[in-house]
Amino acid sequence: MAQAQAIRALTYVQAVNEALRQEMERDESVFIMGEDIAGGAGRDDFEDAWGGVFRLTKGLITQFGKERVRDTPISEAGFIGAGVGAAAAGMRPIVDLMFSGFFGVCGDQIVNNAAKMHYMFGGKVKLPLTIMTSIGAGTASAAQHSETLYSVFVHFPGLKSVCPSDAYTAKGLHAAAIRDDDPVMIFNHKLLMGRTQKPDVGPGVVTGGHVPEEPYTIEIGKAHVAREGEDVTLIGCGYTTLLCHQAAVMLESEGHSAEVIDLLSLSPMDEGAIIESVKKTRKIVIVDEDYPRCSVASDISALVAELAFDYLDAPPRRVTAPHTPVPYTMPLENLYLPTKERVFEAALSVLE
Amino acid sequence: MTTTSETIDKKDLLWMYETMVTIRRFEEQCRREADAGKLRGMHSSVGQEAVPTGICAHLKEGDYVLGTHRSHHHCIARGVDINEMMAELLGKTTGTNKGKGGTMHIADITKGMLGANGVVGSNIPVATGAALSAKMRGTDNASVVFFGDGASSQGSLHEAMNLAGIWQLPVVFVCENNRYAESTPVEYVVAGGSIANRAAGYGMPGVVADGQSALDMYELGAEAVSRARAGGGPTLIEAQTYRYMGHFGGDDTSLYRSEEEEAYYRARDCIDRLRAYILEGEVVTVDDLDALDSQAVAAVAGAVKFADESPFPDGEELYSDVYIEYPEGHFSRG
Repeated sequence: MAQAQAIRALTYVQAVNEALRQEMERDESVFIMGEDIAGGAGRDDFEDAWGGVFRLTKGLITQFGKERVRDTPISEAGFIGAGVGAAAAGMRPIVDLMFSGFFGVCGDQIVNNAAKMHYMFGGKVKLPLTIMTSIGAGTASAAQHSETLYSVFVHFPGLKSVCPSDAYTAKGLHAAAIRDDDPVMIFNHKLLMGRTQKPDVGPGVVTGGHVPEEPYTIEIGKAHVAREGEDVTLIGCGYTTLLCHQAAVMLESEGHSAEVIDLLSLSPMDEGAIIESVKKTRKIVIVDEDYPRCSVASDISALVAELAFDYLDAPPRRVTAPHTPVPYTMPLENLYLPTKERVFEAALSVLE
Repeated sequence: MTTTSETIDKKDLLWMYETMVTIRRFEEQCRREADAGKLRGMHSSVGQEAVPTGICAHLKEGDYVLGTHRSHHHCIARGVDINEMMAELLGKTTGTNKGKGGTMHIADITKGMLGANGVVGSNIPVATGAALSAKMRGTDNASVVFFGDGASSQGSLHEAMNLAGIWQLPVVFVCENNRYAESTPVEYVVAGGSIANRAAGYGMPGVVADGQSALDMYELGAEAVSRARAGGGPTLIEAQTYRYMGHFGGDDTSLYRSEEEEAYYRARDCIDRLRAYILEGEVVTVDDLDALDSQAVAAVAGAVKFADESPFPDGEELYSDVYIEYPEGHFSRG
């Protein structure tokens, strides 16, 4: 860590909340819709009961009112479709899809309308829509509430996807997504939400834990070299960036220097940053909690095989969830999740 | 229903006549273009012209129209340029969508046409969102969404009607019940005996209309649009109409419906009836209407000429408009 300075440490949830609040203050066309994002809506004595299941939207209804903070029925196709229409008609909506697994009931609105309207209308309609959703296992929520489903959206041209890894990147990427004129999906990992930044994982996760109060954005499409190293590249996004940091510390104690790349953006993906790092370290471990087939991890593996094959000293390695649904019981869920130990072992195998 | 024809001024009557004739000539020409191999498939709206025409007569700048896979008539009724439409259908760069959308996705936001949509029912929530935008921005604009009887069974309609009901949004839901979802008759797949009566479940007025009567559509459109503008919330109109042609270009309707049935609806043709009404009321002369007919033929011929003379897009256009802002070089890898 750098020497002690005044650090404004926020939790991930506080950082997202601050970004939403600041963007709503900055631009009157920004509004937010979702299930229980206020909670207790329509009852003055219970209003803002929840502030969303992860409390990301706590307090917003008090400041901005019911017009701009809209509790919806459980009707994802309805309100996400309404988000598409409102975006096409001059607003800048944020919609909350509570869990990424729920895209099954509103996929048409996301992949057939949000993703395609700009292109199929010849570029004449812009869709400044932000879709926030949660990802991640590790909370005993079982198969439908624990998935890390970004790869399926990265697959679709027309959508942008970002995945913050800590409070600092969460605030900057939410602000950037809201200001972007293309539809952007934000994937917030459940284990990161509410987690304070841990100084024990190196020079902060990205910035040493400080979250500036003033609004800022992080450029969509840029990865961050979160830790510089020489011997192996560890690629993470969201929660797996934290695992990469932890594995890098373990590798360091064994005398290996690991570089950690925090993807931040999944579409567009910073392919240049990945290739540049691999050319230096000649070895890569990709850590991704999504399913392993046709995934972000498999795409990066293909990328380095196609564009940096001659630089590789070992085949690309992937540490991912298995090709199974997420189990409920703790012993199985622990087996399911990527861990710092699995990242460490994968790195050792390519370092041999 | 009884029409209050005295309330329809001459200008609107003639606009409706001209619009419906233009739609029909346009669609007939599309069929010829398809037969010639220039136009790659479409869903004809011939027979259904009165529905969007009667409604769109009441729209103004800032209002939105959203359509379906069968939407040429919605576009023309909303005032989209037929030259650009024909160019779009022929895949030309001067098309409404630069040739990237085609028949099922014609859109022109500058004219308030927020898009046709190829997925049945998909546009209904989008229209509701456009209405939400109009309301939140403090305008008195309305959003009109057309959909078929097939879409009335999609969950998206019910979710959108519920949202529009709880938020009292300025939407007009217009079901063009043309009796068949592709080849499946409406009575076989719609429970409850009516589409209009589904409105009751969402606390909005639901009415059945003669969709082959421009006058009825005009009257109901006036009521629904003014309700929307005044903050009175949504309306569901079930317009009973008929598509004369098949579901798509190559569809043989004799496989699923009778000649007698087709003859029944053709005898109630919306253009013939409006023409007779105008002449009976001596609004204008036969010569005046014939002149409008000729004008429509000429306009469609002009559209074909415009489209024929327009270039196809350059190959680079494949990669543009995927995003507003995106790094270069990402579209061709793999």
